[in-house]
Amino acid sequence: MGFLSRFFKSDRANLVQLPAGSFTVDKAGKIMTSTLPQAFPVERLREIGDPVLAAFRGAERAQMPMTEIIINYSALKILARELRGGAMVFLMPQTLNHRPKKMP
Amino acid sequence: MSAQSKILLLDDDQDFLDLYREMLSHHLPSLPDVRVANSGARALSMLESEEYTLLIVDLNMPKMDGLQVVGIAARKYPKLRLVVLTAIREEQFRTRAYAMGVDQYWIKPESDQEIGLFMESIESLLEREAQGGFRGVQSKSLVDLIQLECLSQSSVLLKISNGIAEGRIWIQNGEVIDAEAPGLTAEPAFQRILGWKTGSFEILTADPTRDRTIFTSYQGLLLNTAQAIDEAASQTIVPTANSADAASAESRAPLLAELSQMSNIEFVLASNSEHKDSQDFWGLENPKPVGEFTRETLDNFRALGERLQVGQLQQILGTGPQRKVAVAPCGKSDLCVGFPPGLGAEQLRDTMRGILTKWAS
Repeated sequence: MGFLSRFFKSDRANLVQLPAGSFTVDKAGKIMTSTLPQAFPVERLREIGDPVLAAFRGAERAQMPMTEIIINYSALKILARELRGGAMVFLMPQTLNHRPKKMP
Repeated sequence: MSAQSKILLLDDDQDFLDLYREMLSHHLPSLPDVRVANSGARALSMLESEEYTLLIVDLNMPKMDGLQVVGIAARKYPKLRLVVLTAIREEQFRTRAYAMGVDQYWIKPESDQEIGLFMESIESLLEREAQGGFRGVQSKSLVDLIQLECLSQSSVLLKISNGIAEGRIWIQNGEVIDAEAPGLTAEPAFQRILGWKTGSFEILTADPTRDRTIFTSYQGLLLNTAQAIDEAASQTIVPTANSADAASAESRAPLLAELSQMSNIEFVLASNSEHKDSQDFWGLENPKPVGEFTRETLDNFRALGERLQVGQLQQILGTGPQRKVAVAPCGKSDLCVGFPPGLGAEQLRDTMRGILTKWAS
């Protein structure tokens, strides 16, 4: 392998670190505010916001309206609070050494 | 080892690939066949074309990163062992990699000693793959473990977990005196636990005050259990899709009745995640919209989990003015359980854990 390749790697990696923070999404799915780093892609926020809004609406259709939803993955906890048809969403990455016990 | 193990090494750095191929293929005692790939796409096509024992993968790679490769490989090839070998030290990536099913996460070794440890662990992983067994005592089955404890006249408490359910076996002075599995005690519990094919165990301090409920000798117990497992295997039939639905619905009915007796539960709905029309419920007047909500929500968040590479979806808890709701996947079932609105978070989690254990067992 060439010597220069040590310094010039093509197509840098897209490995994305999940940040801790929050964002708000309106009822149309538009991201309104965010405390997450700008490096975290907005598309990812939409990818999170859409199923959250769908869950609130689905619950309403099933006649069990919800004001808060907590989604637990092995490595991430998502807390979403209903906000006039939209939602405020908190991202809490979980690590093996530290798992936050208290919700915001 | 009966057959030569095959390792696929994935990294975007060709120098690294050359070095590690040389090391793994010539310095591991089992002399595995080591192949290399310098991109995620290439690795996946190689996995597709032939069977490998172990995939060693870097995380930071262009176009397709290591977590994406791990996600696909873990889903498509459940028998494939996965090891991450990376320079990334952030704890979050370690957690996410383990959550996605990797067996080991290694920071790229920087000294001879670290390289030695890495090589040892890879060899141990290849051996374990060849021999199977419970984690903790390589290549030993649970029967072997119990025989070992009984032959040595030990007094211990074995805590065994198969990932979802947990069981306990009390051994006192070399005799099995009691056992406990979800919903079962004594000999039936012992047989249930021994039916688990894989899992992990802990050896805890003996409990001399434990009452004896099993009076059969450990040899008799193991013999009875082996017979029961053999009989169950010989009676297994291959059902059609419809008869499978009917049979599973029949088998779930008593379980739903049992769950309905638990306090703090307003309703339970269980739908088969493979046959979408198959649904069982208790305490619901109109189950259809609840079933749709359960299925859509779990499908959406499962897909989100895969895109974010954050491991398995465990459960979703919803709070509303009228009730609290928990939605969770459990084996081939999707469960939705309703609770009163005043139920505390801790109590809800405990109740839900109990329900999932009962359902899984």
